[in-house]
Order: sequence, then structure tokens, then C-alpha cells
Amino acid sequence: MANETDGAQPAPIAELSREQELSALRDMLLIRRFEEKAGQLYGMGVIAGFCHLYIGQEAVVVGVRMASREGDQFTTSYRDHGHMLAMGMDPKGVMAELAGKRGGISKGKGGSMHMFSREKNFFGGHGIVGAPAPIGAGIAFANAYRGDGRVSITFFGEGAANQGQVYESFNIAALWRLPVVFIIENNRYAMGTAINRATAQTECFRRGAAFAIPARQVDGMDVRAVKAAADEAIEWCRSGKGPYLLEVLTYRYRGHSMSDPAKYRSKEEVERMREEHDPIEQVRIRLLAAGVSEDELKKIDASVRKIVAEAVDFATSDREPDPSELYTDVVA
Amino acid sequence: MSINVLMPALSPTMEHGKLAKWLKNEGDKVKSGDVIAEIETDKATMEVEAVDEGVLARILVPGGTENVAVNTPIAVIAEDGEDATAIESTLPPPKLPGDSDAAQTAASVAAPAPKQAAAPAPRAPEIPSDVTMIPMTMREALRDAMAEEMRRDSGVFVMGEEVGEYQGAYKVTQGLLQEFGAQRVLDTPITEYGFAGIGVGAAFAGLRPIVEFMTFNFSMQAIDHIVNSAAKTLYMSGGQIHSPIVFRGANGAAARVGAQHSQDFSAWYSSVPGLIVMAPSNASDAKGLLKAAIRSDNPVVFLENEILYGKTGDVPALEDFVLPIGKARIARAGTDVTLVSFSIGMTYALAAAEELAKDGIEAEVIDLRTLRPMDTASIIESVKKTGRCVAIEEGWPQNGVTAQIAAVVQEEAFDYLDAPVARVTGKDVPMPYAANLEKLALPSTAEVVAAAKAVLYRT
Ligand SMILES: Cc1ncc(C[n+]2csc(CCOP(=O)(O)OP(=O)(O)O)c2C)c(N)n1
Ligand SMILES: [Mg+2]
Repeated sequence: MANETDGAQPAPIAELSREQELSALRDMLLIRRFEEKAGQLYGMGVIAGFCHLYIGQEAVVVGVRMASREGDQFTTSYRDHGHMLAMGMDPKGVMAELAGKRGGISKGKGGSMHMFSREKNFFGGHGIVGAPAPIGAGIAFANAYRGDGRVSITFFGEGAANQGQVYESFNIAALWRLPVVFIIENNRYAMGTAINRATAQTECFRRGAAFAIPARQVDGMDVRAVKAAADEAIEWCRSGKGPYLLEVLTYRYRGHSMSDPAKYRSKEEVERMREEHDPIEQVRIRLLAAGVSEDELKKIDASVRKIVAEAVDFATSDREPDPSELYTDVVA
Repeated sequence: MSINVLMPALSPTMEHGKLAKWLKNEGDKVKSGDVIAEIETDKATMEVEAVDEGVLARILVPGGTENVAVNTPIAVIAEDGEDATAIESTLPPPKLPGDSDAAQTAASVAAPAPKQAAAPAPRAPEIPSDVTMIPMTMREALRDAMAEEMRRDSGVFVMGEEVGEYQGAYKVTQGLLQEFGAQRVLDTPITEYGFAGIGVGAAFAGLRPIVEFMTFNFSMQAIDHIVNSAAKTLYMSGGQIHSPIVFRGANGAAARVGAQHSQDFSAWYSSVPGLIVMAPSNASDAKGLLKAAIRSDNPVVFLENEILYGKTGDVPALEDFVLPIGKARIARAGTDVTLVSFSIGMTYALAAAEELAKDGIEAEVIDLRTLRPMDTASIIESVKKTGRCVAIEEGWPQNGVTAQIAAVVQEEAFDYLDAPVARVTGKDVPMPYAANLEKLALPSTAEVVAAAKAVLYRT
């Protein structure tokens, strides 16, 4: 039963089976390798505009995806590549979209920040900070309206959590008992602004209480903790009790976008997170301790690299959209 | 197989940067994720990472090199054990700064972003002919305008996202925090609706806020306060309450940033009575207009352009250079056809005028500078002389600024027209991301030339 008064008490840690740990490792590695490649392709000019990498935050979306069911919908901001891969969208289509090619998931017309998949229940990919909160609540409204038992899960940053529309959505979601999990991915920075420079109450989960929404703070570098908290939150929503708020403490290793002055935090801080809290390394260490061989882990890495290499090949060899596409899809 | 490491682009509009330093030496082994170099622009730094395992076989551009064009090969990573000397022969020649087509040869995968010529800025009539001119970027000119007004009037302050410690997302507020302190240069949370409203309240109470929107795309969150609170209050209060506030920031398309980040609000805001709307095309106008905007007792929407921020223009070295509000500038005199535009649209208009001149067509080019109040008298005067008019903007065609120009010209100079007014606008679609589609979606010099020839019945 969710804890309605003090979400600060530690969430339970889900015990993951070996298979679950292996699949979490694989899913997180896919995101990391994909994002590393995206960063490189940006440097080569294949990807342009804004490109926000998810490196460091992989355990958040992977842990939540492990707790969600087929049919539950995900919505997020512009830092969306990881969410799409976790939802099972084809890495080729995602990479080709980053490159602005016709085989891209949005036919090359959306770009890094704007991708969607009706088939995989991924509702974007939104460039406007704060937008995922009401959109996620609206999807939950449709679920409740139809009574289909689906849960809408919507992600946004701790910087976005200051936008007014977030609180308008909290209130309506609680009032109408909408099945939506609001997930604040607190990676401590909004561009160059540390959370304490933009937010008076830095414990974001506490904002649930003002709206009668149960809330919890979670270690987002530990996929087990994310999974456990998400299990609890999603179950709460699915059983018709209304929304749930998770504040997931995480960290982005890279710059906000590709352009980043990198002066608002120290290199040591980034190094320390990488060395001591890396979400992927934590799983690797546990798997090795449980007797999984280095070889087996290397194989996983190789299989992931192969998927990413194929995505890059597809994206770089694909053609640009046909010029006639300029005028399609404007209205239905 | 060896791979070339290319000079990356840090931002959508970066063309050159400094290769600050190498963190690895030739011969060092590198693995995925290792930082091998640092690059810099005036805006940002970025770490260049190796993504594959291998050996840093050759460094092609030494640390400390300025002005390295995007996509220049800067190093070669060879597979471990590969013969680095064998690599040399397969390399493209290293490119030198200023070698303009080198980016083309080096870009094995993508075409470089289309380059636009800086709009030349013939001296505005307001500038005395004996004044010294100082070249500076539009970014610097805007910063200087704010700094000068902040020195002059202690009620002027700046607020917005990342305007202080970060020095501005596009570095327009660079140095202001250092000079004026945190009481007058305020970093806000990401809360456009809230801080726009707070700015309006402060203006009602007699301060002179400059509210920066990181880009005007995000002003849509705040448009209610711009229109309902700032624009209408003087009227609703029977002339008692003024809103001396400036809303400024980058407007319109940048490069490859997609539909939600590429919107032009010129037509939106310039339709609102009570607002002043400015959209400068060059550094000098930007400075003189922004100073006028800050001094105005009316709310001003000041539309800048990210692509123009880095363009250099001559700015008069005057103690106090303030331009009149609502006065257009004849950017090029001519007799055959009138081209009217503003902001980045001037880039196409002026380039088209050059093209047309090659065919013996002398275009008069008018830079509106202020969209509201619009200097329709200058347009009409020119059209009476030329009998033909082409209006150009990057925004959407329906209800666009150019639609307004066409309406005014036919209302006030119908009898002088030898052809219907032609318009060149952004296409009637959300901005696509793909490079080829984005190019098609934006106006081009060729379209302006074609429109001018059409109204002249020439081919
Ligand atoms: C309404 C709006 N304002 C400003 C921006 C510019 N912007 C893009 S991302 C960002 C920072 C957001 O930080 P956070 O919500 O913490 O998410 P993170 O990037 O850390 O994932 C800002 C200010 C925007 N896209 N939309
Ligand atoms: Mg953040």
C-alpha cells in the first residue's frame, strides 16, 4: 500500500531474477551504446539541431518499463531516445529519425525531440518543457473513460517540475482519480541550473502531498529500486485509486544538449557519479557476483553493439524524405 | 579500418570553433567514451569522445587552433595494431581555417548547413556620416544596449532562464551578471507564464523589466500576460497604468531544431494593439532599437534571430545611439521594384537585390525594423515610385506580416501598382526536421528573385 504521508522512507528494492537482471542490463546497454553513437554522429554532422542524450539515466526508464504492462502508455520530453528504445521501438527507425531520413519513425519530419509510436504506445517526444504532465494525464483520462485498465506513465525533468501546468495536471488527476504515474526524473540540473537555484523545495516528491497524491523518492541509479517503486505506483493507479508521483534521483553524464558550457558542475562530480553509481555497472557487478561469466556479459555487449551498428548503417544509407512529404500529414 | 574524427558542431548554428586542447597523444590507446579533446566556441565547450576502440594514430589539427570549420578531420583513430603510417596516404588533406569549401570535401556523410551571407547594413539615416563605426556581432550589440540602459537607469533589470550564471543560452546577456549583480540579473526557474506576469507586475509598479525568453517559442506559455496584462492595461486603466517592459529573445527558425522550436511570432504579436513589435536585421539597428525599447513606456516585443546573433555589422560609436520607433530604413535604393522585409528576411531580400542587379533590375529594399507601428508611409512612397512590390517573411503565409503589407499597398497605392503585390513566405507547414525539407520550408533568395521578376513580367 502506498505511503501517503511520508514518501521519504526508502522504497523496497525489488529482488530481480537472473533473467530480469540480464534483460535490464541488455536494455540499459542498448540505450547507452545507442546514445554514444548518436553523440558521435552529431559530431559528424549526420544528426543536427538539438540532441539530448540519456546517458546515465538508463535505469529510470528501464526500471519503469519492467514494471509496466503491454498497453500502458509512455510520454516524455525531448530527452526521449532511451524511452523509445525501452518501449521496443526499432533502433533503426529512431536513428534514421535522428538523421532526418525517410525511414525515420516520423519520416524524418520530427527529429530527435519529436518521435511517437502508436503501435508501441509511445506518445512523444515533446520539446516544450512541462508539456508531458498534462498530456500524460490526458492519456490517463482516456484510459479511465474507457475503463480499459491501462496506466499512463509520464516523465519530465525536475526543471520542468516548476512549470505551472504540472500542478494544474496534478490537481485534476487527483480530483478525477486518473490512472497516471507522474515521474520526475531529477537529474539535478535543468540546462545549467542546479535544482537548488531554481526550486525552493528541492524534494520534488513532497509536492504530491499538496494535491493528495501519494509520492515517493527513489534511487534512480539502481534499476531494482526503480522497478519496485514503479510496481507499487502502477498498481495503485491500475486499481483505480488515482495518480501517483515518483521522484527518481538520477544524473546525466553528458551536457544538456550537444552544446553545453560545462561550467555549472565540476568534472569530479561527473566522474564520481560515473565511478560510484553507474546504473549499468551496478547490474554487471551483481551478475558477476552471482556467477555469470565475463564472457556471457561480453556477448551481450557485442549483440547490443551489433544492433546499434545496424541502426547507424540504416540511418546513414537511407535517403532524405521525398520533397513531396513537405506538405503531407499537416491535417488528417 | 581507421576512422576520421571530425570537428563536431556544438550547436545548430555553429560553423567554426576552437580546438582547445588534446587530452590524448598520438599513439595513445583509446576506448569508447574516453574524452580525447576539448573544443570551444564563444558559447560553449564540448568534449570529443572516442566511440570505438583503437589507437589515436594521428592528430591532424593541433591543440589551440582557432577557427576550425565544422566537419574538418581533426584526428585519425586506427584499429589497435593497424599500421598508422599506412593511414596517412588515405587521408584527405587537412583543412586550414578559412578554406571555405573544405567543409564540403570533408563532410563524407552530411552536407554542411546552408550558409547565409550577412545582411550588409548600409548606414541608417539616423547615423551622422562622420561617426566612427565599430564592427561587432548582433549578440554583442544587444548586450551593449542592455548594459548601457542598465547603467543609465537603475530601474532596468533582466530576468529569464539562464541569463545570469550561464551567461545566456545564446550568450546575449554575457557579462551582465558580473557587472550588475544578482539583484538586477535574475535567473528564473523554467516558468515563462509566471515570470512574464511577474515582469508585468513589476512594470506596473514602475520598474523597467527586460524579460528574456530563451526563444520566443516558449513565449507561447506566457502569451496571456503579454497580450492581456501588458498590452491592454494602459487602455483598460484609462491611461493610468503603463507597462514599460521588454520581452526579448530569439524568434523564428534556427537550424534543424524542428517544429516546436522554429516558430515565427512576428505576425502574432504585431496584430495586438498596445504592443510595440521590433525585429532588427543587423547589429546597428539591434542596438539602437533595443535601447529605444527599454526607454519606451509601452510594452515591447523584441524579436531577435539566432542565426543573426553571430553576424557582424558596423555599429556607430555614439555615446547614446537610440533609433526611432516605427521608422523603416531604406537598405538599398532602387527604381524598378520594392522589396519589403525585416529581420532575417532581409538576408534574402538583399541577396536577391544583388542578383537582380546583374540582370539590370534595380530593387529598392526596405527594412521595416519595427513591425508595429508599421512604417507604411515608407512602403507606399517607394511603391509609388516603383509600381511593384514583393514582401518577404519567414513566417507562415496566412495572416502574415506580408499579408498586411499587401493589404495596405492595395488600399493606399492601388492606382500606382503595375502588378499585384507578390509575397515570399515560409511554407504553410510546421517546420520539418530533415535538412532537405527544412530548406524547402524556408524562403530562399531564388524565390525572391523569381517573385520580383514575376511582378516585372520578366523571366
Ligand atoms: C517551455 C520551455 N521553456 C524552455 C525550454 C528550453 N529548455 C529545454 S530543456 C530545458 C531544461 C529542462 O530541464 P529538466 O526539466 O530538468 O530536464 P532535463 O533536461 O534535465 O532532462 C530548458 C530550459 C523549453 N524547451 N520549453
Ligand atoms: Mg533536469
